[in-house]
Amino acid sequence: MAEKEAKSIDLATLEMIDKAAQDGAHVVFERAETTRPCPIGAEGSCCSICAMGPCRVMAPKGKQETLEDRRRRVGVCGATPETISARNFVRKIAAGTASHGDHGRVVAKFFLAVAKGEAPGYEIKDEQKLLQLALDLGVTIGDRSNKDIAVDIGNLMINEFGKQEGELLFLRRAPLKRQEIWRKNGVMPRGIDMEVAEAMHRTHMGTDQDYRDLLTAGVRTALADGWGGSMIATELQDIIFGTPAPVLSSINLGVLAEDKVNIIIHGHEPSLAEMMATVCQDPELIEYAKTKGAKGINLAGMCCTANEMLMRHGVPIAGNFLQQELAIVTGALEAIVVDVQCIMQGLVDTASCYHTKVITTDARAKIQGATHMPFEEHNAYESAKAIVKAAIDNYVNRGKNVRIPKYKQDMIAGFSHETINYLLGGMFRASYRPLNDNIINGRIRGVAAVVGCNNPRTPHDASNLIMVKELIKNDVLVVQTGCMAMASGKAGLMVPEAAKEFAGPGLASVCEAVGIPPVLHVGACIDNSRILMSTTAMVKDGGLGDDISDLPVAAAAPEWMSEKAIAIGQYAVGSGVFTVFGCNFPTTGNKEVSDFLFKEMEEIFGGMWAFEPDPLKAAQLMIAHIDKKRKALGIDKARERVLYDMAMRRALE
Amino acid sequence: MSKIIASAAIRGAYKIIERAEKQWREAMDKHGANEPVGFPNTAYYLPIIYGILGIKVEKLGDMEQVLKRCRALLPPPVRESHPLPYLAPALDAGMATFFAEEIIEAIRYLEQPNFYLKGEDITENNIWLGAANDVILRKRGIEFVDGTAPGFAAILGAAPTPQIAAKIAQELQEKNLYVFMAADYNGQRFAEQLIQAGVQIGWPTRLVSFGPDVSATVFAMGFATRAAMSFGGIEPGDFRKILIYNKDRIFAFALPLGYVTDEWYANGAGAINWGFPVIADTPIPEVLPSGICTYEHVVSNIPHDRIVARAVEVRGLKVTVTEVPIPVAFGPAFEGERVRGDDIYLEAGGGRTQMVEWVTSKRMDEVEDGKIEVIGPELADVPAGSRLPVAIAIEVAGRSMQEDYEPILERQIHHLINYAQGVMHIGQRDIAWIRVSKQAVEKGFKLRHIGALLHAKLHQDFGRIFDKMQVRIYTETDKVKEIVEKAREVYRTRDARIEGMTDETTETYYSCTLCQSFAPSHVCVISPERTGLCGSYNWMDCKAAYEINPTGPNQPVPKGNTIDGRLGQWQGVNDFVFKASRQKIDHYNFYSIVNDPMTTCGCCEAIAAVLPLCNGVMTVNRDYTGDTPCGMKFTTLAGTIGGGLSTPGFVGHGKYNITQRKFIKGDGGLLRIVWMPKMLKEEIAERLKTRAAEMGAPNFLDMIADETIGVTEEEILPFLTEKGHPALGMEPILG
Repeated sequence: MAEKEAKSIDLATLEMIDKAAQDGAHVVFERAETTRPCPIGAEGSCCSICAMGPCRVMAPKGKQETLEDRRRRVGVCGATPETISARNFVRKIAAGTASHGDHGRVVAKFFLAVAKGEAPGYEIKDEQKLLQLALDLGVTIGDRSNKDIAVDIGNLMINEFGKQEGELLFLRRAPLKRQEIWRKNGVMPRGIDMEVAEAMHRTHMGTDQDYRDLLTAGVRTALADGWGGSMIATELQDIIFGTPAPVLSSINLGVLAEDKVNIIIHGHEPSLAEMMATVCQDPELIEYAKTKGAKGINLAGMCCTANEMLMRHGVPIAGNFLQQELAIVTGALEAIVVDVQCIMQGLVDTASCYHTKVITTDARAKIQGATHMPFEEHNAYESAKAIVKAAIDNYVNRGKNVRIPKYKQDMIAGFSHETINYLLGGMFRASYRPLNDNIINGRIRGVAAVVGCNNPRTPHDASNLIMVKELIKNDVLVVQTGCMAMASGKAGLMVPEAAKEFAGPGLASVCEAVGIPPVLHVGACIDNSRILMSTTAMVKDGGLGDDISDLPVAAAAPEWMSEKAIAIGQYAVGSGVFTVFGCNFPTTGNKEVSDFLFKEMEEIFGGMWAFEPDPLKAAQLMIAHIDKKRKALGIDKARERVLYDMAMRRALE
Repeated sequence: MSKIIASAAIRGAYKIIERAEKQWREAMDKHGANEPVGFPNTAYYLPIIYGILGIKVEKLGDMEQVLKRCRALLPPPVRESHPLPYLAPALDAGMATFFAEEIIEAIRYLEQPNFYLKGEDITENNIWLGAANDVILRKRGIEFVDGTAPGFAAILGAAPTPQIAAKIAQELQEKNLYVFMAADYNGQRFAEQLIQAGVQIGWPTRLVSFGPDVSATVFAMGFATRAAMSFGGIEPGDFRKILIYNKDRIFAFALPLGYVTDEWYANGAGAINWGFPVIADTPIPEVLPSGICTYEHVVSNIPHDRIVARAVEVRGLKVTVTEVPIPVAFGPAFEGERVRGDDIYLEAGGGRTQMVEWVTSKRMDEVEDGKIEVIGPELADVPAGSRLPVAIAIEVAGRSMQEDYEPILERQIHHLINYAQGVMHIGQRDIAWIRVSKQAVEKGFKLRHIGALLHAKLHQDFGRIFDKMQVRIYTETDKVKEIVEKAREVYRTRDARIEGMTDETTETYYSCTLCQSFAPSHVCVISPERTGLCGSYNWMDCKAAYEINPTGPNQPVPKGNTIDGRLGQWQGVNDFVFKASRQKIDHYNFYSIVNDPMTTCGCCEAIAAVLPLCNGVMTVNRDYTGDTPCGMKFTTLAGTIGGGLSTPGFVGHGKYNITQRKFIKGDGGLLRIVWMPKMLKEEIAERLKTRAAEMGAPNFLDMIADETIGVTEEEILPFLTEKGHPALGMEPILG
C-alpha cells in the first residue's frame, strides 16, 4: 500500500493503475519510474541553446569551489551558470506565456467572429460583462448595439497581441500603486506576442547575459500572460459562454457511465467543448446512440477544458491531468477528444489496448496515431456533431474488459470574480467588503491560491491535499484553479459541508454565513487571471493596504509540471504575491538566480518565489507570510468594537 | 446567513410574494390598472420600491413590473445537502419581500382607506398608524439628523408579558431610539402590550405602532429609505448608495420577539441589506461574521433584560445617557408625551395660573452649585388636580458665562422638563405651561426634581460656559409675580439687543454642520440676520455651542472680504463652505433665492420658491401639506432641493427668517412674498406686520395670497393685482 500511495492518494487512480498493469497498458505512473529526471536539467544547469554545447555547469557537490574553479564553470561561450539558469527560466516563462497567449488570441478572434455573427450557434451571453469590459476599455456604449460594442472590443483585444508600443490595456485595472511599481521597473508589457518574441531573443545565444536583467524582463513577459493573454481569454470567454456562477456537479472516474456512450473532452480551449455540450443534448444523436445499444451520451471533461465546462454547465469531470490515460483504462471510453496543452502523447499507446478513439481537433495539436477531426468554428455544430457521431459509432467496439471505479464526489464550482462579489452581498449590496471585513477581524486569516498541475514526481494529489487542509485548518480561505482544484474536488473539500469538518472555526463561520465551501473553485489555469482581479478587488475595497503586495495572501503550485506554471508563478510574484512551488524547482542549481527569485524580487516587486517540496512546510511558509502581512497592516491583534456616536457619523465621507 | 435562516427566508419570501400577487390580481379585477395607489401624503410613492428600483408606483398597473422583479429575484429553495451559496440569494429574497409587502400594504390602503390612522397619534378605536407621511418624516427626520434620535428598533411580535414589553420600550426610549412595531406572536402584539401596561404610544413618544401584520415592517424600512433620499440627497434607484447610507448613518436594528416564522426571516434578510442586524430573544441560528452589517448579522437567544444593550452593541451605536437624579425616566423620547384630564396632578401656567422661567447670571460667590429650593407648596402639599403659580428662577455663575448665554440656557428648560416621563411642558418665558401627571407623582416626582434635572442636564451640556448653578422654584403667588416682573424687564433688554445686531457689523459668522451625519455635503453658515433654516439655531446659539464644544459642528467663520454685499457673499464664508462641503459647493449667497442660494439638508422649516408669473416669491412651511403655486407640495420641494444642493429659484429658510431684515434682500426682500399658507401667515402675523411697516407697507399681510385665494400662479395673480402687491412693480425677478 505504501508503494501505491507513493503514486496517488486517489483511490480511483490506484484502481486503474492496477487495471492498466493487468491489461498491459502503459501509463504515466509507470513511465515516471522508468524514465528518471535528468539531474542536470532538473536544476537548470544545462544550456542547449547553441550547437557549441550542450554545456553542463553544475556546482560541485559537497566541496568548496575555488575562485578559479568558479571562473572555469561556464559554457563554451563563457555564459555563467547564472546566465544559463536565468535563460532557461525565462524561456519557460516565454513558452508558458506563448501558450496562454495563443489561447487568448484564438478566443479573441473567435469572439470577433461571434460579434460579427460569423460563428453560428454562438452569441453574446453575458451582456453585463460586455458592458463592464467596454467601460474598462473605454469603448463607447451610448445607444450602440451589443454587437457593435463587441466588435470594437474584439478588435481592441486582437490588437493587444501584435501591439508594438504602449501598455497592455488590462494593466490599468491593477491597483495604481502596482502600476507605478511596474512602470518604475520598466516591466509594463507592450504587446503579448512582442514580449514572447523579445524573451526568446534575449535568451538567444549571446544576447542578454545579466541574470537580473533577464529575470526582470521575465516579469514583463509573464505579466503579458496574467494581465494579457490569460485575462483576455477569461474575459472574452465569459462574455460569449457566460460568466460562471455556482453549480453543483461531480468529479472522478466514477462519472463515466456503464451504459452510455462516454466521451471525454480534454485540453484547454472551451469553444469546441461548449459546442460538444450542446451537441450531446441533440435528440437526434441521443437516438442514434440508442440504435447502437447505448442508453445515451455521457460527456465528461478532463483538465482545464473540463473546468471550463464544469463552471459554466455543470458537466462532470472525469479527473485531472494524471488521470487522462486512466479514463481509457476503464475500457468504457468511446472517445477522448482533445484540443491543446497537457495532452499526453501516451494516450495513443494506452488507447491501443482498448477501443477508445483519440481524436485531435486543433490544427496546432496533432498526435501521431490519433484521428484528426478538425473543429471548425464557422461550422461548429456540424464539426462537433461529426466527432460525437464517431464516438457513438465506436460504442459497439466496447469490449468486455470494462471497470469503472465507483469513486465520484460531489463538488461546487463556478466562483468567478463577479460571482464572489455577488455572493458576498447579494444583488443590492454586492462587494468584497465582507471578505475584507472578516480578514480584518481575523475570522479569515488570509487567502491562498493553490493552483497548477499534477506531477508524477510527487504522489498524485497528495501535496495539494496536505497543503490545502493545513491552510483551511488555519482559517486561510483557499481559491483554486486547474488540476489542483480537481484534486480538492475529489477529496470532498469543495462542498459547503467541508467547512465544518476541515476549516478552522473562523473560516468555517464565514463559510456557513455565505454558504460556500472553504475551498473555492475559480476555474481553469487561464482563470488565474480571475485571482488577479479578485486581489485587485480586495485592494480596492479598502482596509487591506493599497497594493496587492499588502494583502495577507499567498500562492502555491505544489504539484506543478508545465512551463505555463512558471509563467503563472512569475506573474503572480511580479504582481506582488508570495508564491511557493513544490516538487522541484528549475533554478536550484544556482544560488544567485535562486536568491534573486526568492529574496531580491520581494524588494523590487513586493512578491517573491519560494521552493518547498514538503507541502506541510510550504503551507506554513504561506501562513507565515500571511501573518507577516497582517502584522504590517496592524490587523494581527483583535480590535475593539467601535461604537459610533453622531460626531463620528458626521466625520464619515 | 446560516443555511437554516436562508432556507426559511427564501420560503418566507415565496409566501409573501405569492400573497402579493394574489391580492394584486384581485385588486386589478376589481379596480383596473388605472386605479391610483400609494401611501398617504408622500412624494416618495412606495418608498422602498421607489428608492431601490427607482420605479414610481402610482397606479395598480404599475405594480406588475415590480411583481415581475420580485419573481426574478426569488432564488430556488436551498438544497438540504450540498447547497449552493445562499447568503446572496437570501438577501435578494429579503429585498423582494419588502417590494411585495409594500404592494400588500398599498392595496390595503386602497381597499380599507381607514385601516390606518393619518396622524401622529393613536385613537380610542385604532392604534395602527401606518405609513409615516412626509410631514412626520421631516419633523422626525430632524431628530435623526441632529442626533436626538440615533436610530430605531423594529420590533416584531410580542414580549412574554406587557410588563416586559413596557420595560424594553422604556429602555429603548431612554436610549433615545424610536420603536417601530409590527406583527404578532401568538396573537399578541407589542404595541397592544404597551397599551395594556399603560404606556402612551404614538409618534410623540417614539413608540410607533405601524401595523398589526408583519408586512407593516415596510413602513420602518420605507422611513429609512426616504431618509437616505431626503436628507442624504441620494437619487431614487441608486440602491447601493441608499443602502450604504443606511448602514453608515441610520442606527436601526430588528428585534423579533417570539417564534421567528419564515415570513419574519424573510423580513430580517431584507433588513440586513440596509445594514440593520437582527437580535432575537429565541434560540435561532446566529450569523456572526460581519460585512453586510457593521458587526454581527444575527444574534440570538438574548434575555429580555439584556436585549436592548446587546442590540445597541451589535449595531455599533454609542448612546450617551445622562443619569438624571429623578424618580422617573428621562430622555427625548418622553418629550412628546401628553398629560391630560384625569391624569393631571398639578397644572401651572397655560392661562390658568401664572408661570415664568428665567435664567440670570450672578457673581461666583452668590451661587451655591446644586442648591435647589422650593419656596411655597410642594406637590405633596397639594391634592391631585391642583393648580399653582410657578416661577423657575435659575442663577448661574462662571468665568466663561456671558449675559448672551442666558436666553440659550433658558430655552433648554422647555425640552429638558419635557424629557421627564410624566411631565408635560409647553411654551417658554412668561407663557410657560406645565402639567405633572399622577403617575409621575406616584413614582415620587416632586417639583424640586425639576431643579435637579435642570441642574444635571445644563451642567452636562453647558458645563463649559458656567461653573455653578442654583435653582429656585416659587409656588407662591406674590413671589411668582415678583419674578415675572423682573424677568419681563430682562426679556425686553435682551430682545432689543439681538434685534440690534446686523450682519454688516458682525465679522464672525458661525457654521452649522450638525446635519452632516445625514447630509454629508451640506453646510449652513449662520449670521445674525439669517438664522438657521431648521429654525433651531440662531447666531447666538451657534456662538455658545462653539464655546461649549470648540471642535464641534459649530465653528467660527470669519466672513472676510465682501464679494457681494447685496446678495450676501463673502470670501471667508466661501472658503469655509468649500472645505466643509467636501469640495461640493464653492460659494453661495445669503440673501438671494435667484442667484446661487444657500444649500439645505432638507430639514428646513420652510421653502421659498420663485413665482415668475407673479414676479414674486412664495414660501411654504413644513406643516402645510397642500398644493402650492409653484406646482410642488412642501415635501416634493424638500426632496428636490435637499441633500446639500444649491438650487437657483429655491431656498430653504427658517420661519423666523421671513421677518428678518435680510430675508431675500438681494431679490427685493420680504415685499417679494406673494403667497404663503394661511397657517404660516397667522403664525408670524405680528412680526410680519412690524417688518412690513418698516419697509413702508403696513397692510402688506393682507396682500399676500394664500390657499384660500388659490394654489396656482394664475389663480393668485388677479388677487395680487387687485391688492396692488408691491412685487408686481419691482424689476423682473428673473433678470
